[in-house]
Amino acid sequence: MTAGTILIAALSYAQLMLALAACMAGWRTLRGPRAQDRVLGLDTLYVTTMLLFVVTGMRIGTPFFFEAAMVIGVLAFAATVALAKFLLRGEVIE
Amino acid sequence: MRRILPHPLLTAGLTLVWMLLTSFSLGHLLLGGMIAGLAGLAFARLEPVGPQLRSPWALVRLGAVVSVDIIRSNIAVARLILFGGDRHHRRRSGFVKIPLRLQDPMPLALLAMVITATPGTAWMEHDMDSGILLLHVFDMREEDDWQSQIRDRYESLLLEAFA
Amino acid sequence: MSTPLDTLPLWIAIPVALLLIIGSTLTMLGALGLVRLNSFYDRIHAPTLGTSWGTAGIMLASMLAYSWLDGRAILHELVIGSFVMITTPITLMLLSRAALHRDRMEGNPDVPPTSAPPED
Repeated sequence: MTAGTILIAALSYAQLMLALAACMAGWRTLRGPRAQDRVLGLDTLYVTTMLLFVVTGMRIGTPFFFEAAMVIGVLAFAATVALAKFLLRGEVIE
Repeated sequence: MRRILPHPLLTAGLTLVWMLLTSFSLGHLLLGGMIAGLAGLAFARLEPVGPQLRSPWALVRLGAVVSVDIIRSNIAVARLILFGGDRHHRRRSGFVKIPLRLQDPMPLALLAMVITATPGTAWMEHDMDSGILLLHVFDMREEDDWQSQIRDRYESLLLEAFA
Repeated sequence: MSTPLDTLPLWIAIPVALLLIIGSTLTMLGALGLVRLNSFYDRIHAPTLGTSWGTAGIMLASMLAYSWLDGRAILHELVIGSFVMITTPITLMLLSRAALHRDRMEGNPDVPPTSAPPED
């Protein structure tokens, strides 16, 4: 068994697990039942997608996925904070 | 010196991030340093009093304690999610109120990071006036246990670090 | 199938693979908790699995592999890792405050009453 096969197996496993995680987070986002559950699901979806991008970037070997992952990370933060603020007060900017 | 560089740690950290994202070269050190210096000045306008870091050593110890706790609680929570507690112990979650001695925003923010980063405890809300923290615990065993856990393990080190 | 990582020696490939497996499994378990747990306050614990060791494991794996390949320390991933570490408490705190606020407004008996005087 060579290093290449071990890594391919680990990378495929990681991609599969993260895709599964994204599906489950998406299920919670769609299902609810309440608004805060949806926001939590969306936040988890963002984080798992970000990790999936990093793993895919590792596999293909381009740095572009990494940049995209960073953008997703920043967007996740802004989006979740705005949504939580909206739930707290009913408006985003006071 | 304090007027040009009001937040030396912040400026150094931002310069480091800049160079991590671009490359380690003299040009980027100068450019990143300049931008980080401006950011430090802007931050000083927003926040008049900087945090008074007394003992960095206490923070290092806190970091060590927390990283061990994160690994342990990761395993514990992962097992609870998979198997839902063992035979003689059913998982029960609940709220815990903890009176905190910390009052400054900076150490409180660090404590919030510590509590959130360890799975199994979630920071709910903190009342600045009474200093009471409402915590949600994933796997409750003893209420007193959590009070001493937070107060002695993390809070005392933070009190030592920031005076 | 091949990847640029084929040239890694075995003694680096094994820790990289282990870190990838640990990180992705923890993230998946966190998402599983999000689906399986019954109340919102239980569910808010689940994603922290993915944002603590899930992220850390995958970032460490990527750092290790590409530092070896390029022959110098690649620390990009530290930026994402520390960013996730810093922002997760903020989002979860705001979200749990919002949830508490909404539950109190509805008079949900499972939630402890506020210790602060009403804000507005």
